[in-house]
Amino acid sequence: MSVHRRKNKLFETELVKEAVKQSFKKLNPVVQFRNPVMFTVWVGTLVMACVIGWIATGETSQGSLAYNIIITGVLFITLLFANFAEGIAEARGKAQADSLRKAREDTPAKKIFPVGEMYVNEVHIVPSSKLELGDHFLCEAGDIIPMDGEIIKGIATIDESAITGESAPVIREAGGDKSSVTGGTKVLSDRIEVKVTTQPGETFLDKMIALVEGASRQKTPNEIALTILLAAFTLVFIIVCVTLKPFGDYANTPITIGAFISLFVCLIPTTIGALLSAIGIAGMDRALRANVITKSGKAVETAGDIDTLLLDKTGTITIGNRKATNFYPAIGIKESEFVEMVVLSSLADETPEGKSIVELAASNGVKPFADTSNMRFIRFTAETRSSGVDLPNGTKIRKGAFDAIWNIVSKNGNGIPVETEEKVKLIAQNGGTPLLVCVNNEAKGVVELQDIIKPGIQQRFERLRRMGVKTVMVTGDNPLTAKYIAEKAGVDDFIAEAKPEDKMNYIRKEQQGGKLVAMMGDGTNDAPALAQADVGVAMNSGTQAAKEASNMVDLENDPTKLIEIVEIGKQLLMTRGTLTTFSIANDVAKYFAIVPALFIASIPSLQALNIMNLHSPESAILSAVIFNAIIIPLLIPLALKGVAYKPIGASALLRRNLLIYGFGGVIVPFIGIKLIDLLVSIWF
Amino acid sequence: MTTEIAGIIFMYAFTLALAIPIGRYIGKVYEGEKTWLDNILHPLDKIFFKLGGINPINEMNWKQHLAALLTINLVWFILSMLILMNMGWLPLNPDDNPSMSADLAFNTTVSFVSNTNLQHYSGETGVSYLGQLTLMLFQFISAAAGMAACATVFIAMKERTTENLGNFYNFFIKSCTRILLPMAIVVALMLVFNGTPMNFEGKAQYISLQGDTVHVSRGPAAAMIAIKQLGTNGGGYYGSNAAHPLENPNYFTNIVENISIILIPIAMVFALGYIIKRRRFAWMVVGVMTLGFLFLLFNAVYNEMHGNPMISRIGISQPLGSMEGKEVRFGPAASAYWEVTTTVTSNGSVNAMHDSFTPLAGMSALLGMMVNSFYGGVGVGYLNFYVFIIIAVFISGLMVGRTPEFLGKKIEAKEMKIASIIALLHPLLILSGTALASYLYAHNPDAYSGWLNNPGNHGFSEMLYEFTSSSANNGSGFEGLGDNTPFWNIACGTVMLVARFLPIIGPVAIAGILAHKKFIPESAGTLKTDTGTFGIMVFAVIIIVAALSFFPALTLGPIAEHFGMK
Repeated sequence: MSVHRRKNKLFETELVKEAVKQSFKKLNPVVQFRNPVMFTVWVGTLVMACVIGWIATGETSQGSLAYNIIITGVLFITLLFANFAEGIAEARGKAQADSLRKAREDTPAKKIFPVGEMYVNEVHIVPSSKLELGDHFLCEAGDIIPMDGEIIKGIATIDESAITGESAPVIREAGGDKSSVTGGTKVLSDRIEVKVTTQPGETFLDKMIALVEGASRQKTPNEIALTILLAAFTLVFIIVCVTLKPFGDYANTPITIGAFISLFVCLIPTTIGALLSAIGIAGMDRALRANVITKSGKAVETAGDIDTLLLDKTGTITIGNRKATNFYPAIGIKESEFVEMVVLSSLADETPEGKSIVELAASNGVKPFADTSNMRFIRFTAETRSSGVDLPNGTKIRKGAFDAIWNIVSKNGNGIPVETEEKVKLIAQNGGTPLLVCVNNEAKGVVELQDIIKPGIQQRFERLRRMGVKTVMVTGDNPLTAKYIAEKAGVDDFIAEAKPEDKMNYIRKEQQGGKLVAMMGDGTNDAPALAQADVGVAMNSGTQAAKEASNMVDLENDPTKLIEIVEIGKQLLMTRGTLTTFSIANDVAKYFAIVPALFIASIPSLQALNIMNLHSPESAILSAVIFNAIIIPLLIPLALKGVAYKPIGASALLRRNLLIYGFGGVIVPFIGIKLIDLLVSIWF
Repeated sequence: MTTEIAGIIFMYAFTLALAIPIGRYIGKVYEGEKTWLDNILHPLDKIFFKLGGINPINEMNWKQHLAALLTINLVWFILSMLILMNMGWLPLNPDDNPSMSADLAFNTTVSFVSNTNLQHYSGETGVSYLGQLTLMLFQFISAAAGMAACATVFIAMKERTTENLGNFYNFFIKSCTRILLPMAIVVALMLVFNGTPMNFEGKAQYISLQGDTVHVSRGPAAAMIAIKQLGTNGGGYYGSNAAHPLENPNYFTNIVENISIILIPIAMVFALGYIIKRRRFAWMVVGVMTLGFLFLLFNAVYNEMHGNPMISRIGISQPLGSMEGKEVRFGPAASAYWEVTTTVTSNGSVNAMHDSFTPLAGMSALLGMMVNSFYGGVGVGYLNFYVFIIIAVFISGLMVGRTPEFLGKKIEAKEMKIASIIALLHPLLILSGTALASYLYAHNPDAYSGWLNNPGNHGFSEMLYEFTSSSANNGSGFEGLGDNTPFWNIACGTVMLVARFLPIIGPVAIAGILAHKKFIPESAGTLKTDTGTFGIMVFAVIIIVAALSFFPALTLGPIAEHFGMK
């Protein structure tokens, strides 16, 4: 599948401009209050501004004016950086969604005005924004579909490349599971009548845009729990800093307000506090980049926890159709002769199976006949379950399901050779489908059809297994075939001869065992199971009911998308966890920078604690605050891209991340603060 | 010197070797399985159940557990206040010791009910035998209350999805009769055979070689000492605690008592492993605790054995190390070992003067109490550790890309809220208490001159130590602090009370809520909590949350003092 992914650089000029504007707008205390960590920095900056005023009026105990102005400035920049992180994440998400939305804005719509049963309905062109829920509109070849809806009449080929990037046209028709059309896509042929199924401004895309924008963005449960932890850390450090004042009094060490606030801002987890909302937004944005529209941030998070994945066999595990893989002539029949007959019978066979027979024969060196004028072809029907050809010389060749051909053969008093019958059984046992071939009512051999497992799918399942996700194949095949394919593809379990309620029951059973289940579906009869699943992904081509019941919609209709979604969910949580660890680990170095600086004037022996050998108390404090500020923009790319997920098992992953972000988080600030100090010490 | 080191290595190895089978035994007791003491002790349990009208198989949910715990503590609180304030005229007072003042009685009662045993009085002159017996009773029941709460958490961790977490009274009584009582009898007998008094007679009198008349206090000492060590109580019979020659007569009793101090706290973790059938998990917990313990121990032993640099500077050699404030029969290594064991476990009995330890060794004691979960008090030590596990699970769960779960239960906002409050509480109480005292002293040194025997950094350490010891429910004193004043009695009393019950309520609530949740089976993506990596994570959380928040305070106390001495 040729997928064109909207790619853009992390920092496009347009987006950066918007984000900078937002950084200032978000200084509003009401906005800041949503994030307890950054709110305390906001208050600290305000206090420092007052201190500057105080010094300006002649106060001398708080250090030099320049020093205090710089601290205030750095704190202010810290706030801006945090706002910028959120701003750029929002801008990216919005730009992504906008590009999808743009396509359908103000397209002319041929709205149908019903005028009763006697007269023909009138059609008027109105702007798409005037369409409302329940309206009907008409689309003909060349029209852009103005609005999401469901086809109520007609069939059409539609170019969905604007949404999915897939250039091959798809067929959509009224009734059944492929009745949904998306605004912004183009009708290539035929004519359809469509009913609007969503209120303007309430399409999935609109919901998604609202999720990305600050206003309606709800914190997810996990984000709330993390915010509580971060608030607790902030409180601990408020206690540490406030009690330091009487401690200082006791030790006859005056501590300036600037030093207090610097220590406080450095200790609280500003890094993760500043990036937390950006991480959440970026998670949804990454889903959107994978052409998946999520209805809530929670759904992305839940995806990371999925234990069981229900996948349809056809299209996900196997390439849509079966292919011929072998010819087995009956004893006494020459192979070349047999192949020739089979090819003859398949010449006019338009089914994929028929085509694959011709292909296989061609690869065996049998060329199709050029002249087919006098042949009479018998098409495949569901009743006869066979197809074939009557040659001009009267030879009748038939091929089809075992029982269908057996009927023909036995009716004419012939039997089927034992070897051929055994071959048939063997093929079925190996997950294949045997096609029996008879010539003039005599069985001549078997063609083996096999499901072709998608290349690379085994590795993907292996990857899922290492992530701890159990894969379940859902198929209408009989248990024997299903088992064979399941083993070959490497799925953990399968549901054979599956009916819609089987999926539902399987999901329920897994959930009762405490597992989280994801599934993908498109049909209306999938809707209950999609609703029951913890993460239900509907294909965009699916019915409205299926889309309503699910938490995500995949614009590309790609059944393997679930695998990607699981990884996006995991990445989201991991990014939060690793940056929290990094942020807190940074405290070690910051303590060693600031604490000696606070007391060194009155207790010179504490110089021994100044293990970074920072130049002076002022330079030490400034370096720590500056490091604390610039680490935020440095980590924005990581927050937006997410920490790479590697399916190496939970323990190994923890070891790896703990080493990089925990141990790294201890070491990096020691180096960073020292380097900044070298620079700052020129002035302080 | 090598003998001294060998002595403490032996003590630790022997403790660990004992803790494993005893942990198994404790696990069996809480699980209600058969043990070899059933035949002897079953009738005793029956008497208690009958007296209390308790049906031991009546299951309770976590709220009922906490209600039971708090109610019985309230009853003891009132009973103890009454006895301590009236013991002067009550029986069993051959030495005519006076009743306590209201604020001292409050402090003492809270101190014993909360398993702290901070003593702002001296045993010989401050309490009657009735008072001592009352306090001894509390040494049993406060320890058992902590163990019962811990058992509740164990059961909650074991269960898949349930509200029923066993019967609190059953855990409580069995903790007393099946665990503490038999062990206390064994320890007390060893002490009696080594010369510790065990009677109800008044002071003995003799005339020393110098011709002075000496009064020697006697009484039911051995019984109290046994339980004070086993139950991580620490409240001594005599004022100078286990440094007193009758309370801790020789190196052998020192070994016995010191093993008793950390035996049950370690055994409780093995009991956990037995109950939840995850031995590796128990070893992870013990491993993290031991790692922290060894850091503190090494620091203390090293500094004590190297003596005081200021004494070296005036040309006096210290071949034994720093001997100030130590008993010659124990020496610096065994004293330092005791110092660290007694502070990490919230025991608080002392066999040397903590005030006289070198500054960094003193910091080991402070850090042990600040963390309060490197083994920790009986029962409550694991409860504190549990909170750190929850926080570590949360962060590391995120790091592996899954909503954090612990033993199959999801950790969500509510549990994080409780865990955060509990983790916050300890720094809050210690730092704000010390800040209040520093503030008062700094702004009016004359009015509070009676508080501090030492000025400067050491004085600061004394105040910090007192609040740390109260908040950790440890009960040891840095001494040198004039602490029997209304300020210290009431401030420390309040801190002890809050620091005792909230850290029990929190973990029991978390465990109860988790037990009620849906059980999620393990998969390859699930974070394993019984690995070394996770252990390091827990250790890091403890260091950053518990230890580093005290870094500025420690800098002004022991660290400044240490560098000042060089």
